[in-house]
Amino acid sequence: MKTRVYVPRDSSALSMGAEKVAVAIAQEAKQRGLDVEIIRNGSRGLYWLEAMVEVATNQGRVAYGPVKVKDVASLFEADFLNGKSHALSLGLTEEIDWLKKQQRLTFARVGVTDPVSLDEYIAYDGYKGLKNALALSGADIVKTVTDSGLRGRGGAAFPTGIKWKTVLGCESDQKYIVCNADEGDSGTFSDRMIMENDPFVLIEGMTIAGIAVGATKGYIYLRSEYPHALKTLNEAIAKAENASYLGEKICGTVHKFNLEVRRAAGAYVCGEETSLLESLEGKRGMVRFKPPLPAIEGLFGKPTVVNNVISLATVPIILDKGAQYYADYGMGRSRGTLPIQLAGNLKHGGLVELAFGITLRELLYEYGGGSATGRPIRAVQVGGPLGSFLPESQFDTPLDYEAFTNIWAVLGHGGIVAFDDTVDMAKMARYAFEFCAIESCGKCTPCRIGSTRGAEVIDKIIAGTDTAKNIKLVRDLSDTMLNGSLCALGGMTPYPVLSAMNHFPEDFNSRDSEDKKTKATA
Amino acid sequence: MQEIESKQELHTKVDALIKELQSMPGALMPLLHAIQDNVGYVPESSYAQIAKALSLSVAEVHGVVTFYHHFRTHRPGRHVMQICRAESCQSMGSEALEAHAKTCLNIDYHQTTNDEAITLEPVYCLGNCALSPAVMMDDEVYGRVSAADLDALILEARSVEAKA
Repeated sequence: MKTRVYVPRDSSALSMGAEKVAVAIAQEAKQRGLDVEIIRNGSRGLYWLEAMVEVATNQGRVAYGPVKVKDVASLFEADFLNGKSHALSLGLTEEIDWLKKQQRLTFARVGVTDPVSLDEYIAYDGYKGLKNALALSGADIVKTVTDSGLRGRGGAAFPTGIKWKTVLGCESDQKYIVCNADEGDSGTFSDRMIMENDPFVLIEGMTIAGIAVGATKGYIYLRSEYPHALKTLNEAIAKAENASYLGEKICGTVHKFNLEVRRAAGAYVCGEETSLLESLEGKRGMVRFKPPLPAIEGLFGKPTVVNNVISLATVPIILDKGAQYYADYGMGRSRGTLPIQLAGNLKHGGLVELAFGITLRELLYEYGGGSATGRPIRAVQVGGPLGSFLPESQFDTPLDYEAFTNIWAVLGHGGIVAFDDTVDMAKMARYAFEFCAIESCGKCTPCRIGSTRGAEVIDKIIAGTDTAKNIKLVRDLSDTMLNGSLCALGGMTPYPVLSAMNHFPEDFNSRDSEDKKTKATA
Repeated sequence: MQEIESKQELHTKVDALIKELQSMPGALMPLLHAIQDNVGYVPESSYAQIAKALSLSVAEVHGVVTFYHHFRTHRPGRHVMQICRAESCQSMGSEALEAHAKTCLNIDYHQTTNDEAITLEPVYCLGNCALSPAVMMDDEVYGRVSAADLDALILEARSVEAKA
């Protein structure tokens, strides 16, 4: 009898040797004359256990990890093909606590299926949302998305339905759906996971968006650092086209929608929607003045929906199960679930999808397992390089857009990066300015010049030169950047800088000056 | 990645890519990607050709090429090694890894080793943040990279070349 063995093809799994493990399992099975079918599934997102190999048994899928090539022979010896025990046994995959406690809606299929199998996608509830959408008017689809409470998962948290409504209300010969897949925030990888591990859900979400607002063309603006996602998306798009889920007559109806992946080129600022549109048009990614809003004058001057990968990939389940089903999750004005990414110095990093409301502390310790280095967690940066650093005293903050706003922090794209007590917060503040200087599009002065000057002033603070005066100067500069920048890059760089100064003043104030150091050595 | 022997050959190659892609809306970015994929970089000598085909000025083409970190205007080494410098990787010691790479290869960022085997580039997030620090060698990502892992990657890149 053929045994099905799953070895992930997700790029983080590959980064831990999944490809070689798959090859080794195939070779070992051949040598032993065993009939094994290797399926390259997506990753379940328990990244510290990659490469995580699963075997289909009568009881369900049984997991082993982290598997290295050297473990393969002993897995066969232990009869893992029948789910038998081994030092790397994790038990039934679905029963792994870390996974079992999650509320996977957007990520329902991730890790379960073969990402490029359209048949499996459909077998696991795929394209049910589209089917429902095809029976509704554009206005009703938009209403469903609005009622679900879905807010932009890219970072700005703007209600998705309102954006769609604006585009729906515009008269135009051409409208566009643009997916912002320029996931450049450090500590985030949920977009990549969707695109590599369940690409059809994004395709379905964009198709529904197109039908809702009357757009016939979609672009996925994908960062160039994701070559595996590019291949997977293109393969999935070709399959969807062949099966009439994309193209001139979607599922035999009058609706038309074509989709194309466009590669970005390593500019962080192109994650800002107007800069992204400039880039798609073949220009330098310079931020545009708003108004006009992209919803009214977007790509090539036409009404355009610009949504993040996760926002679009969440649309199918909303259309499948209804607005209320999704809205029943969450707290306050943050409805539904958030795919949270645990990153940096954590023992158990990976993807945790949960309803809004869980606290940072639960995520860091119950899911993250504390720091990877075993030292105390001193600071956490949430929401990417433009997010605030939070000290331990704020770890009880629930994940909720408004709760984060109240402590002058941002939830952003849901990335959480932990640092242990060896972190130098003055260096982190300096890095925030440096990153802004490298990535600034240069259009507005506060961002272009402020970032460089900021790094210089922090250098003086680090050197212990005129500390009090220079701290005041950084605060003054941050004020200008906060209030005078054109977009979030310059406008939010002060978040990491000032939060570092406010919560960890000891890293800024007590630095020995070069003079003192010289004297001390003498 | 193929070596481009002569200016004529480069011109022919770029011309073919232009013909293939110029009708796309916003064709410049896909075209620059195609050129870099084929030639290894975007030679400045191709700007005029691109500009003419897309009805742009040479300055506009230059402006776009130089805006994006991904595009390079000089031939890279046979392999490109990118080390992630972003926060998540910093929290797991990427700074030491960067220093180690620079010392081992005896180059700084944006430079190529003397044997032309490896070009070293910084990168700001590879989306492998649960397995920091991360490094990308050509199109493959590596996670939880130690100094020893990095040495092995360098050795492998060089030995493959030696065999070829």
